[in-house]
Amino acid sequence: MAIATEQALPRILTGIGEEPMAELESHLDVHGPLPDLRRWSPEQIISVVERSGLRGHGGASFPMATKLRAVASRRKPKILVANGTEGEPASKKDRVLLRELPHLVLDGAAIAARAVGAGEAVIAVSDVDERSARSLELAVDERQHAGLRGDPQFQLFGAPERWLTGQESALVNVLNGGPGKPTFGPRPFERGVRQRPTLVQNVETLAHLALIARHGADWFRLLGTDRDPGSALVTVAGAVSAPGVYEIEHGMPLEELLQTADGREPLSAVLLGGYFGTWLPGAHIRGVRLAAEHLAEHGASLGAGVIVALGQSACPVAETARIADYFAAQSAGQCGPCTNGLGAVADTVQQLATGTASAGARAELARWGKDIKGRGACQHPDGAVRFVSSALRVFAEDFDDHARHGPCPRCSHPPVLPATPIPAFPVAR
Amino acid sequence: MRVAVDPIQCVAHGLCAELLPERIRLDDWGYPILDGEPVPRELVGIARRAADACPTLALLLEPDGK
Ligand SMILES: Cc1cc2nc3c(=O)[nH]c(=O)nc-3n(C[C@H](O)[C@H](O)[C@H](O)COP(=O)(O)O)c2cc1C
Ligand code: SF4
Ligand code: SF4
Repeated sequence: MAIATEQALPRILTGIGEEPMAELESHLDVHGPLPDLRRWSPEQIISVVERSGLRGHGGASFPMATKLRAVASRRKPKILVANGTEGEPASKKDRVLLRELPHLVLDGAAIAARAVGAGEAVIAVSDVDERSARSLELAVDERQHAGLRGDPQFQLFGAPERWLTGQESALVNVLNGGPGKPTFGPRPFERGVRQRPTLVQNVETLAHLALIARHGADWFRLLGTDRDPGSALVTVAGAVSAPGVYEIEHGMPLEELLQTADGREPLSAVLLGGYFGTWLPGAHIRGVRLAAEHLAEHGASLGAGVIVALGQSACPVAETARIADYFAAQSAGQCGPCTNGLGAVADTVQQLATGTASAGARAELARWGKDIKGRGACQHPDGAVRFVSSALRVFAEDFDDHARHGPCPRCSHPPVLPATPIPAFPVAR
Repeated sequence: MRVAVDPIQCVAHGLCAELLPERIRLDDWGYPILDGEPVPRELVGIARRAADACPTLALLLEPDGK
């Protein structure tokens, strides 16, 4: 048995750059056909997912089987939403999937729809992401012409390009004709699109599901760790010569990934898990493995897979101030603690960066960090204060220096963390 | 019973913290911070009154174990 090759990477990215994987024929040549879904009961699918240990790749790392069960157990007709909106400016992995491997995402959507009993599957992408929309359109057409059995009714949807769009209740809200702001109250799995129980799943999660349905739960677990089986797509950015999307085995040493991406200069820190993530000081990189159980020791997680290397030539204080501003600007402006809190945090970080903060500024930031957490209708403020607290901790000396002397020469370094000046929400009347 | 706040509806009126300081304090901007503890039996009546008094009906009463 060719176990060694079966274990090898790539899994998701197989064939990319070699075959026209966006075409159904290549997709089927490389991966083989999906098993006939009509022969699987929903419970059979869910139990395979459960044994595989697959977790969500949209950021929260929630066990997929638990969510499938919650939606499947509802009595009304269900809807699936494949979340390909990828609002995080540094993340590219969902776009790569949608553009290059649309059939893997659509296979996964078909299986998930079958598991929960959904006849409709909405594939949501950013409304400025025309390439992904085009690729999906062609892929859905191809499947219809080929008469693939077991596909749900696919619909494409362009959601406003913005940080919050991919938050699940915001996405449901915009699909229901609303402004795309998060809601408080029933969760999507209880009452979502058109009042129906709605399964919202990240597109990468669905792509993994497409492979699990073909090769089984045990195959999936051949890679990865106990808590984080399988592989993950990560987007590596910052001070590396080969930034981009990589598929890694969960548990891979961070140092190895940075070498693969060709780290350019000594690093002052690495941002793990994207903008809602945690900074890891450069001196702690060695020995860190990219899986939940290892990252937890550093208070970090892989989130949606964004990893940004911050070189020593960049200024961590300027980066933090810019992203804190971005967070405040991207708030939906609905909840007091988020609107007021993130604004105050951003202003204070800015004052620290320019050496104009009051003596108690950092104590105040620490207090706000605790006070703001958990008090919005969505997790936006929690993620924002996690990012800022982590920066204040890891870059304490740099913040000291700025608080005392104002901007440093490195402050003029070009931005490392992208903060696309995309419109936040239209200002309320 | 526990109290909860709908953060979207709450407009920082602050009435709730005045009525039920045992469970609710206000943040720097006047929005309520709940300590998450159950409301003891002797305060249930006051909690109900606080919920009724909230001008936007943002203060919610939830059965325990939710
Ligand atoms: C502010 C915010 C932004 C989010 N943006 C995205 C996103 O762009 N794409 C995504 O898949 N999930 C995003 N999420 C997570 C979703 O709410 C949801 O958990 C996810 O789509 C579920 O899929 P998964 O379980 O497969 O990860 C976001 C969450 C928050 C709080
Ligand atoms: S917490 Fe912030 S971002 Fe989330 S719904 Fe409330 S105001 Fe909007
Ligand atoms: S009384 Fe209502 S509106 Fe006022 S602070 Fe309390 S919950 Fe918010």
